[in-house]
Amino acid sequence: MAGFILRRVLQTFLVLLVMSFVIYGLIGLMPGDPLDTMLASVPNVTPDVIAHLKQIYGLDQPLMGRYWHWLVAALHGDLGYSRTHSQPVLTVLAPALLQTCKLMLASFVVSVALSLALGVIAALRPGGAVDAGISLFAFAGLSVPVFWLALVMILLFAVRLHWLPASGMGDIGGGGLADQVRHLAMPVATLALATAGGFTRYVRAAMIETMRMDFVRTARAKGAGETRVLLRHALRNALIPVVTVMALSFGTLFSGALVTETMFAQYGMGKMIYDSILGNDYNLALAGLLFATLITLLSNLAADLAYAWLDPRIALR
Amino acid sequence: MTALLEVEALSVHFPHVSGVWPRRRRQTLRAVERVSLTMQEGETLALVGESGSGKSTFGSVVAGLRRPTAGSVRFRGRPLGGAAERAIQIVFQDPFSALDPRMPVSDLIAEPLVIRRAGTRTERRARAAALVEQVGLPADALNRYPHEFSGGQRQRIAIARALAPDPALIVADEPLSALDVSVQSQILNLLKSIQERRALGYLFISHDLGVVHHLADRVAVLYLGRLVEIAPASDLFARPSHPYTQALLEAVPRIGGGRRRGRVLKSEMPSPLDPPPGCVFHPRCPKAQAICRSEPPALAPAPGRPFQLAACHFKD
Repeated sequence: MAGFILRRVLQTFLVLLVMSFVIYGLIGLMPGDPLDTMLASVPNVTPDVIAHLKQIYGLDQPLMGRYWHWLVAALHGDLGYSRTHSQPVLTVLAPALLQTCKLMLASFVVSVALSLALGVIAALRPGGAVDAGISLFAFAGLSVPVFWLALVMILLFAVRLHWLPASGMGDIGGGGLADQVRHLAMPVATLALATAGGFTRYVRAAMIETMRMDFVRTARAKGAGETRVLLRHALRNALIPVVTVMALSFGTLFSGALVTETMFAQYGMGKMIYDSILGNDYNLALAGLLFATLITLLSNLAADLAYAWLDPRIALR
Repeated sequence: MTALLEVEALSVHFPHVSGVWPRRRRQTLRAVERVSLTMQEGETLALVGESGSGKSTFGSVVAGLRRPTAGSVRFRGRPLGGAAERAIQIVFQDPFSALDPRMPVSDLIAEPLVIRRAGTRTERRARAAALVEQVGLPADALNRYPHEFSGGQRQRIAIARALAPDPALIVADEPLSALDVSVQSQILNLLKSIQERRALGYLFISHDLGVVHHLADRVAVLYLGRLVEIAPASDLFARPSHPYTQALLEAVPRIGGGRRRGRVLKSEMPSPLDPPPGCVFHPRCPKAQAICRSEPPALAPAPGRPFQLAACHFKD
């Protein structure tokens, strides 16, 4: 087990290394560079000045050489300086990463809990009225656009009922836990509802499949009550395929988070990466994308560990 | 002395909906229709019949897994439920899917005891260990998972699991048919030796007449959910009374006997959704007369053999 984790962590670093080169290359291929953006507002520069600036920033060197310089610095913990924020990359990135992690983790937990409960209830009587209602909810969650859901929530809870703040990450002078929770409630609910729809469908399908298996009948023959049959035997076996889907979708939560963050004016990773790419802020974009990759890789590692816990047939070697 | 099991006019019907609106049809599938039989302590009663004859449905009602539509099942004179549930256990056909893949063998065997809060953890573990040894598995099997075992070994685990609450009756629903022939005889011998050690009754559901001949004290033949013949095994195999039983026995292939010109039954078993009127067997019966098409025959002793009951107007 320890060997497995160690090997996977090393693999993760290798993938990050490759990804950093790919992302660096892609950004380098983008039209324009930081100087173009910087100089667009200054009409009276001469070509000499531009050449001089390019030399200072190292933009006259070939791509491979620039990547190598970045890599060496990055390995020493220096991710560079964000041009658009005029601050070190890590200073900009850390709060955004924290904010996104809060949003993603909270909405992931809520959507997993919601979909497990709904999926199991729907699978109790497939085709029944309760199942139909839950399926309707699931399809609504799958098909309603996140931005629309966010607007409806703002309209309802902030404009009409005045229960929750419409946007932002905290009141001025606030910042306590209650204040943060109030600001996170709607973004989390929006993202959770959007993801819970698909999860519910998967849980329901896996449960219906498992409930038909013979060992469920065996459990009943042992005299197990319905709760024990459902939770001890059926659900734990049904979870194996579901965990794959949930772990893989953790990465796509990022893109959902972008829209949600924009709608609720939360400064998170999605907004930060988007702004940095548009603003030709190479260093920030690169670091942001790499952390997004890292989160996806870690969620997959977590999924593999979850498999081993769920299914004794899977030995981690 | 009260009988171990008394089944009285047991019927199991399923609602059957087919087609799509507006051609939707609601019908009733009569899986088991008014079957009565009794079993004594320590007896092996074999339940035989084709696929779809209602054998397994009958077994699942006896094991308490399904409620009957009508009729009653009494265990040692008392209705099913409570103590009877512990005393009647079931072994299923497919040992590959009947064991929860997520549980080690010790938990699989001890779970019936956990559910009933019987004994302490150590006592349950000791009981699981004793049972594992009884069914002929190595002691280290306890900590392993079902996927690490072969089909025959898994069926041994399933049997140990059924024995855990110390039952008086085991419903064995085709326990051999998913196994290789060589393994079948091992499991068959295991079932016999367990019965010799405990006063254990078997309701043995099978379509393999060779196995039934080897194991059963009495045999009950089901056709389309109806009991058509019930008799001591030796009588039934020597002189089958009902034409359906005769056809079943003649269909058993024998080594060395050459190809016998047995009566091979015409066509398939009719649908239990739409059973024929009168005697349900008449469309396939070589002896069918006019009365068979209108009058369902009652179960009655064959001439001169009071323990051999058959439901036929023209029984031998």
